[in-house]
Amino acid sequence: MDPALSAVRLSVREAVHTLSSEDGGRIFSTLGSLKRYLGQTENPALPGEQEEFARVHFSAFLRCLVSKLSPDWLELLPDGQLEELWASFFLEGPADQAFLVLMESIEGTAGPSFRLMKMAQLLARFLSAGRMAAVLEGQCWQHTESASPLLQETLLIRVVTLPDRLGNRLQRESLAVFLPQNYFPLLGEEIVRVLQAVVDSLRGGLDCSVSFVSQVLGKACVHGRQKEILGVLVPRLMALTQGSCLWQRVCWRLVERVPDRAMEAVLTGLVEAAPGPEVLSRLLGNLVMNSRKAQFVLTQKLLFLQYRCTTPMLQSLLGYLATDSQRRPLLVQAGPCCRQALKELLETWGSSSAVRHTPLPQQRYVSKAVLICLVHLGDAELHDSRDELLASLMAGVKCRLDSSLPPVRRLGMVVAEVASTRIHPEGPPLRFQYEEDELSREMLALATSRPAADGSLETGPSVPPVAADTPDKEPEESDIPQPPPDGSDSELDSDDEFVPYDMSGDQELKSSKAPMYVRDCVEALTTSENWERWEAALRALEGLVFRSPAATREVSVELAKVLLHLEEKTSVAGFEGLRQRALVAVTVTDPARVAKYLTSQFYALNYSLRQRMDILDVLTLAAQELSRPGRLGRAPQRGSPGPASQPSSAVAPAWRAVVEERIRSKTRRFSKGSVGRGPAAGPNEFNSVAGYFFFPLVQHFDRPLVTFDLLGDDQLVLGRLAHTLGALMYLAVNTTVAVPMGKALLEFVWALRFHGDAYVRRGLLSAVSSVLLSVPAERLLADLPDELLEARAWLADVAEKDPDEDCRMLAVKALLLLEKLKDKLLPLSFP
Amino acid sequence: MAAPPPPDPQFVLRGTQSAVHALHFCGGAQGQGHPLLLSGSLSGLVHIWSLQTRRAVATLDGHEGQCVTWLQTLPQGHQLLSQGRDLKLCLWDLAEGRNAVVDSVRLESIGFCRGSVLARGHQHWTLAVPGRGSDEILEMPSKTSVCTLKPEADAKPGMPMCLELWQADSSPRPLLLAGYEDGSVALWDVSERKVCSRIACHTEPVMALDFDSQKARGVSGSAEKALAVWSLDEQQALQALRTQELTNPGIADVKIRPDRKILATAGWDHRIRVFHWWTMKPLAVLAFHSATVHCVAFATDGLMAAGSRDQRISVWSLYPRT
Repeated sequence: MDPALSAVRLSVREAVHTLSSEDGGRIFSTLGSLKRYLGQTENPALPGEQEEFARVHFSAFLRCLVSKLSPDWLELLPDGQLEELWASFFLEGPADQAFLVLMESIEGTAGPSFRLMKMAQLLARFLSAGRMAAVLEGQCWQHTESASPLLQETLLIRVVTLPDRLGNRLQRESLAVFLPQNYFPLLGEEIVRVLQAVVDSLRGGLDCSVSFVSQVLGKACVHGRQKEILGVLVPRLMALTQGSCLWQRVCWRLVERVPDRAMEAVLTGLVEAAPGPEVLSRLLGNLVMNSRKAQFVLTQKLLFLQYRCTTPMLQSLLGYLATDSQRRPLLVQAGPCCRQALKELLETWGSSSAVRHTPLPQQRYVSKAVLICLVHLGDAELHDSRDELLASLMAGVKCRLDSSLPPVRRLGMVVAEVASTRIHPEGPPLRFQYEEDELSREMLALATSRPAADGSLETGPSVPPVAADTPDKEPEESDIPQPPPDGSDSELDSDDEFVPYDMSGDQELKSSKAPMYVRDCVEALTTSENWERWEAALRALEGLVFRSPAATREVSVELAKVLLHLEEKTSVAGFEGLRQRALVAVTVTDPARVAKYLTSQFYALNYSLRQRMDILDVLTLAAQELSRPGRLGRAPQRGSPGPASQPSSAVAPAWRAVVEERIRSKTRRFSKGSVGRGPAAGPNEFNSVAGYFFFPLVQHFDRPLVTFDLLGDDQLVLGRLAHTLGALMYLAVNTTVAVPMGKALLEFVWALRFHGDAYVRRGLLSAVSSVLLSVPAERLLADLPDELLEARAWLADVAEKDPDEDCRMLAVKALLLLEKLKDKLLPLSFP
Repeated sequence: MAAPPPPDPQFVLRGTQSAVHALHFCGGAQGQGHPLLLSGSLSGLVHIWSLQTRRAVATLDGHEGQCVTWLQTLPQGHQLLSQGRDLKLCLWDLAEGRNAVVDSVRLESIGFCRGSVLARGHQHWTLAVPGRGSDEILEMPSKTSVCTLKPEADAKPGMPMCLELWQADSSPRPLLLAGYEDGSVALWDVSERKVCSRIACHTEPVMALDFDSQKARGVSGSAEKALAVWSLDEQQALQALRTQELTNPGIADVKIRPDRKILATAGWDHRIRVFHWWTMKPLAVLAFHSATVHCVAFATDGLMAAGSRDQRISVWSLYPRT
C-alpha cells in the first residue's frame, strides 16, 4: 500500500479518536491539521493525499463530525471557535459529499433537536455560500471519469427535493431559504453560474457535460416548479445568449439533454416564460428536429391534446416553428417524416366530430392557433395552398354555423371573417352580423399582427388594439345664428317669459285609426293592403284580446292562424315582439283550442323552422302567463265575475277602509307587523289545459316529415323542443297532470339521451330537472322508480364525461335535486 | 319645473259651414269700431266676425262658390281684398256697413298661391299676384301691370307657391320673396326684374313663408317635415340659417306675430305649432283641430286665430304682449 495513503488513513483515524476526547485544545489542533487535506491552508498536503482523503475518508469523517455535535462539545473551546472549524469542513470540502452528508444527517435526525437546528443552519450557510453550484459543477466534469450513476441519482433527488425534505423534517421551524419559492430561484441562479463555468471551460478547450444540470432542471420542472426556476433562468439566458454562439449551443444542449419524461414540463415552462418566438428560438435551437419527444410535445401535445396555453404562448410556439427554414416544414409543408402542424390544425378545425365533441375553449384554442399560423404563412405559401386552406377552413366554418350553440356559431363567423380577409385580401370582405366583443377583437388582432421583426424581440404579447374611440365631438351647432350685436338684447332678455308648454302629446300622426274590435283586426291583418291600418291592427291586437276575451274566443283559432302565418311585409319596428305578444294573448285567452291548434301545426308540413320555434316560444310564454299566481287579481276584467262577488268588490273598499280606520284609532299596538297582505291564492289555471300544451308536442318527435326532420338536420328545433317541454313541465307544478307528464317526459329524455348536439342535451337535462321539481316526490318514487334509476345513472355519466361544460353543470344540478329528493323521502320512510 | 299643460283656445268660432282657408284680423287698434276677424271659406264666402260678440256680423259672397284663399284689408279705409279660386281678386268696400265689390282683377293662376300687398303712400299700393308660371306686379288701384317677373329660362322652379312683397326701410325699391314648387325661395328686385338671390331650402314645394324685414330673417314651411329659417345679408343674398325638424310633415301656413316674438305654423297634422321666433325653440303644440289647419293669423294685439278644414276657427291668446 502506498505509504502516503496509509498516512492519511492514520491521521484520520487519530483525528476520529481525538474527537471523542474532552480536550478542546487538542481537538482544535487535530482538526486544524486535518484541514491540510482540504487544501486551503498555508501548507497543503500533497495532491495525492488530498484526493485520497476526499475520495475515501471525507464522508466518513463528516459523519463522525456530525455525530459529535452537541452543545457540550461545542463549548469545549470559547467563542465558538470549534463550531467555526467544524463548519468549515462542510463548506470547504468536496461539495457533493458534504451536501449528501448534510442531507442524510438532517433526515436521520428524529424530531427537533439542537443538532437538527445546527445542521439546518449549516445547510442554509452551505446554500448561501453558493456551494450548490459546486455540487452541480462537480457533476459536469465527472463524465470523463467513471461517474457513479447511483450517486448522481441520489444527488439529483436530494437537490430537487430539498425543500420537501427539509419541510418534512423541520415542520414549522423551516428556514426561509428552504421554501420552494426561494429555493428554486436560487437553484436557477446556481445553474446559470454552472453554465457560466461550463462556457468558460469550453472556451478554454476543456470538455464537459451539462447533462446533470439538465436532469436537475427537468426534475424541478416535473415537480411543478417551472415558474420559479425558469422565471430566473430564462431572462438570464435570454440576455446571455444574445450574440453569443457558444452560450446558445450550451443552452440548446441543456434542453436537449433533459430526459424525455421531463421534456414536456421543461418545454411548457420555456414556452410560457419566453417572451417571444425569437427568444424561444435562441433557447431551443433546432431541438424540435432532433428530439422526437420535443417534436411531439411542441407540435402535437401543446396544440392538439391540451388547450391551456395562453395566446402569447401560442404565438411564441408557432412563431418559433415558423422562424427557421428547417423547422418551417413542421408548420406548413408536407414532408416525409414531419407532421405539419397547420394541416392538422385545419383538419381538427374542420372536422364536424371535433366540433361536436370538444369543449368550446379548445375550439377557441384551435381557432387561435389556425389564425396565428395564417399570419406566419408567407404570401407565396398562402397562394400555393389557398384552395386547400380555404376548403378546410370553410368546412369548419360550415360545421360551426350549423351548430345550435350560439357561441360556437359566433366562433365560426369570427374565424371565417378573419381568415377570409387573410386568404383573400383583395376580395370583397366577408361580413357576418354579430356584435363585436373581446373574443372577436382578440381574433382580429391575432390575424393582423405580423410576426415581430428580428430587432424587436422583447415586444411581448401583442395587445389587442383598443378600439379607436376618439371621442366624437358633437359638431358645434354652427348654424345657430350668432345674435347680431345691435338691438337684439331686448329680445334675448325677454326669452324667459316664453315658457314652453307640455309638448309630450306631439306624436306622429297616423292617418288610420286603430281597429276597435278583434274581428276588425283579423280582417285588417288578412285583407288589408293599407299598411298603416295593418300595423295599427297589429299594435292594437294584444290590448283588444285582453279587453274582450269573449269576442276573442269566437275567433281564437282563426286569429292564431292569421298571426302564425303573418309575415313582415313592411318594416314595422318590433314586429316579432308584437306578433309574439298577440299570439300569447290569444293562447292565454282560449288556451285549450289555440294550444291544440298550435301543437298540431308544430308537426305539420310547410312551416319554416322560424315558425315552429315561434310556436314553441308562444306555448312556453302562454303557459307561464297561465300558471302565474295572482293573474286573476291583476286582470279583473277577465271572465265574468260571479253575481255574489260583484257588489262586494265594488263596495267593500269604502266600508272596509272606514272600519279599519276605526279599529286602528281604538287599538293600541305594541309592535307593527307587516300590514300588506300576500298575493291572493288562486287555482293554477294551467292545470286544466297543461295536457293540450304538452302531450301533442311530446308524441310525434320521432316521425320525420319531408320538410321537417327533428332527429336529423333540424336539431336546433329539437333542442328548443326539449327546452320547451322542460319549461312546460316546470310550469305544471302542483297540477294533477304533472305525473303523467313527467313520465312521458322521462321517456322522451331516455330516447334522446345520447344525442350528439350539446344544445339538445342541455334541453334534456333541464327537462329532467323540471321533472324532479314538478312531480311530487312520493309519486316519483311510486310511479317512476325505474326511470329515476336510469336517469340517475345517465346523469352521473354526463356529469363526468360530457364535453360541454354547461351539460356537466346541468347534470350536477339534476343530481343534486335527486339527492334532495332522497333526503326528503328518508324521514318519511323511517319515522 | 314641469311644463304647463297645453292651453285651450280662448274661444272657437263655428258656422262657416265649410273649411276655412283664409283668415285676417282687421281694425281694433285704430279705435274705429270693434276688432273684426275675416274668414274665407271653401264655399266662397267671406265671413266677418265680431270678436266682441263672437258672432258673424256679415257674409260676403263674391267668388261664385269657389274657395277664398287670401284676405287682406288695405291700410286706408275699409277696403278688403279677397282672392278666390274663381280667378278673381275682388276689392270690397266695407265702410259704413257697405259690402259691395268695387273692383276686381282677373287672375291667371289657378293655384293656391296667395297674393301680397305693399302700401306705397296714400291710396297707392302695389300688389303681387301669381301669374302663369310667373309673378305679376300690379299698381293699384289703377290696375296697371308694372311688370311680370318670370324666372330665367334655364331655371325651372315650377309654379310660385307663396309671395311676400316688402320694402326695406333704407331703400324705396320693393322686393318680392317667392317660394316655388321645387322648394326654393327667391328674392326678386321688382324694379330691375331680376332675381337677386335664390336658395333651395326644401326638397318639397314651399307652402308658406313669412319675412321679418327688421331682422332680415325669414321662415318658410313646406310639405316636408321641417321649417327652414333663412336670412338676407347686406348684399341681398339669401343664406340658410337652420332647419327646425317637426314631428309630422306638411306646413300650410306660417306667420310671425307682428311684435316678432313668436311664430305660428298651421300644420297638415291638425296641429298649430308655436315657436320662439329668435331661437326657434318650440313653445307649444296646439292639438285642438281635428282636421288639417289651413291658415293662421295674428292680430296687432297678439291674438292668434287658426282656421281648419274641420270648419272651425280657434282663437288663442298665447304669451300676451306686455
